[in-house]
Amino acid sequence: MAGTVEEAPTIQAPKNAAKSKKTGLADLKGQELAQRKFARKLIFPALVAAILITQVPFLATIYYSFQDWNLARPDDRSFAGFSNYVAVITNGAFLPSIWATIRIVGGSMILSLILGLVLAVLLDRKFRGQALARTLLITPFLVMPAAAALIWKYSLLEVNTGMVNWGLGLVGIEPIAWNTDHPAMTIVFTLTWQYTPFMMLILLAGLQSQAGEILEAADVDGASAFQTFRFMTLPHLRTYAELAILLGTVFMIQVFDPINIMTKGAGNTKTIAYLLYERAFIGQQVGEAAAYGVITVILTIVFATLALRTMFKIFTEEA
Amino acid sequence: MTTLKQRRLAVAGLAVSLSLAVSGCAGFGDLGNEPGVTTVTLASVNNPQMQDMAQLLPEFNKLHPDIKINMIFMEENDLRNAATKDVATQGGQYDIMTVGAYEVPIWGQNRWLENLTDLAAADPDYDVDDFFKPVRDGVSYDGRLYAVPFYGESSFLMYRKDLFKKAGITMPERPTWDQIAEYADKLKDPSTDRAGICLRAKPGWGEMFAPLTTVINTFGGQWYNMDWQAQVNAPGFTEAVKFYIDTLADAGESDPVSFGFTECLNLFSQERAAMWYDATSAAGSVEDAKNSKVAGKVGYVRAPVKLTENSGWLWSWNLGINAESKNKGPAWEFVKWATSKQYAKLVGSELGWSRTPPGTRKSTYLIPQYIQAGGEFAPLTAKIMNEVDPTHPGVDPQPWVGIQYVTIPEFQDVGNQTSQLLADVIAGRRPLDLALDQGQKIAQRAGDNQKKG
Repeated sequence: MAGTVEEAPTIQAPKNAAKSKKTGLADLKGQELAQRKFARKLIFPALVAAILITQVPFLATIYYSFQDWNLARPDDRSFAGFSNYVAVITNGAFLPSIWATIRIVGGSMILSLILGLVLAVLLDRKFRGQALARTLLITPFLVMPAAAALIWKYSLLEVNTGMVNWGLGLVGIEPIAWNTDHPAMTIVFTLTWQYTPFMMLILLAGLQSQAGEILEAADVDGASAFQTFRFMTLPHLRTYAELAILLGTVFMIQVFDPINIMTKGAGNTKTIAYLLYERAFIGQQVGEAAAYGVITVILTIVFATLALRTMFKIFTEEA
Repeated sequence: MTTLKQRRLAVAGLAVSLSLAVSGCAGFGDLGNEPGVTTVTLASVNNPQMQDMAQLLPEFNKLHPDIKINMIFMEENDLRNAATKDVATQGGQYDIMTVGAYEVPIWGQNRWLENLTDLAAADPDYDVDDFFKPVRDGVSYDGRLYAVPFYGESSFLMYRKDLFKKAGITMPERPTWDQIAEYADKLKDPSTDRAGICLRAKPGWGEMFAPLTTVINTFGGQWYNMDWQAQVNAPGFTEAVKFYIDTLADAGESDPVSFGFTECLNLFSQERAAMWYDATSAAGSVEDAKNSKVAGKVGYVRAPVKLTENSGWLWSWNLGINAESKNKGPAWEFVKWATSKQYAKLVGSELGWSRTPPGTRKSTYLIPQYIQAGGEFAPLTAKIMNEVDPTHPGVDPQPWVGIQYVTIPEFQDVGNQTSQLLADVIAGRRPLDLALDQGQKIAQRAGDNQKKG
């Protein structure tokens, strides 16, 4: 059963790629070599442009992180050495902020992945009005983040008039002061609502790429619906889920609007992105904000390298 | 299909060539001007009062055909950033800027704004002494005027006369905070979701800390003493914050951390709060029968006090002239016109009396039509604007001018971070003393900068 799944002819592509890599400049002679060299010269300006466009902002950030630069005291601008980095480590805002980011992004990710999977499985069936249902389910993803935050703040989570508290009131639960008592949860709600459709779309693509004959074969072999889902569909969805998690993290880690509109960074909702905004535009400490940025980039690179390696391992073990 | 495509292309092409033509013209803008006409650039916050000013520009041009005013509108934070960048780098891009009361003393100290003291005193018709003294003090540094007030506001207590009458309570003319806490407790009504009082508790130096700092002042606390030593965990500050948070817990709105100015306005106008302590400028919206269910039912009294005589705050939007401007003469002509006694009358007669810029000139409050349109709150606003003292609002003396803020560049940051800590206290996630100890550290770092110079 499992053998049929692995017969997909994807193993060919890497082999070809490896072959063409081997033919380096050294193996080429005469006209071909000259052509290659000329081609490289032609590409050179584009390469320089690419480096300039992608790396200059980062280099500028590194430069700023060594400056003592308060926007409101522009005359006192000077070289700061490592004092901005010392400030980042000693003033105790950074670690709580990383923790807040992990909790908010992690929580929203798990919730939206589970909900997305449920919705994708339901949408994968044939029924009347399927296209309409799909469109309706996608809309939260198309709403602008600021608008979504306002909807949640005023229409859903408002303590006296919000729909959530009204709904809870029907089953006899006292109104909850969401933003005061559970600020992190309000952000997780908003993010989950926004990103569930995204997860659903990617997982739905995965479900629809599953070959019908294989599932039929499983059915003939006597597998129950749950067994088919658990041992065939879920492993098949794994790569899709990983892609969804990767892209989702990239999107969610930049969350800003709901925090600025709903919680203002209070109560464990000060994520890295919001902390950076506060340091730069409320604290007006450009140097310190840049130092936060640089440290964040370094941590992200370390984290991403580890994560991608583990993921790569999973891929190879699978194959 | 193809014809449609072609048509679209043609439209796009036309748009491109049009925009090229337009931008080409823009390059020759200076040549297009009539000789002898000076263009003055004004960077303005996009508040309704400023937009009214733009609407009345033709009136200014009737008097001064040789001055062309080019108004650029920005959102408050954008304006702050753009103007700071321009003055700090001595760009001189904007001749006139609308500057908030918080920045005027800081910018004046940095010599980024032109000293207007002599210019304003030179013209007897302009009558500088007609401005409320506290408002003038708020935009002065070292006794010199660095901007002139365009409109101003203080804070007062709004209460529901009908509810007070029903409960048999008479609101004193000058209530104390202890009385207000007592009334709030009596008038709250959980069965109809009605709070006793609405107080801002949304994190932010301009949200939670505008009303809260006035409470701190009247409780004998302050942000810094005369030596720029932070006083955030001192007894006066602590007691005031404890009172504010206890009052919120006992009789305030249910989800306090969500509530800033807009949310309180909404709550109060929807009959869900018996009292509201906030800006005098809120009264206009409260009395607007179209959007407010409580119009006509609201009484107004001075900001509640404890140890001081007055406790209202002071805010103004002002017109300042860039020290690097090359058109200071024409710029002053415009500033003078927009802040003159006649301007108030002009707005009133052209656009309606409720749109007259409030809170700057005594003479505005002598115009009968304005008093009529302003209802009960207009005379009280005038009195309060005259009584508050931005140089010494609390019990102890302070080394800066300003009531609900500290005029140092770091205050936005200090106030913001401290208010976030207090949001945790309100929710019970953090004990008050620890939060204030941490706030003390944050405030002291800024105070140390100030000591250095």
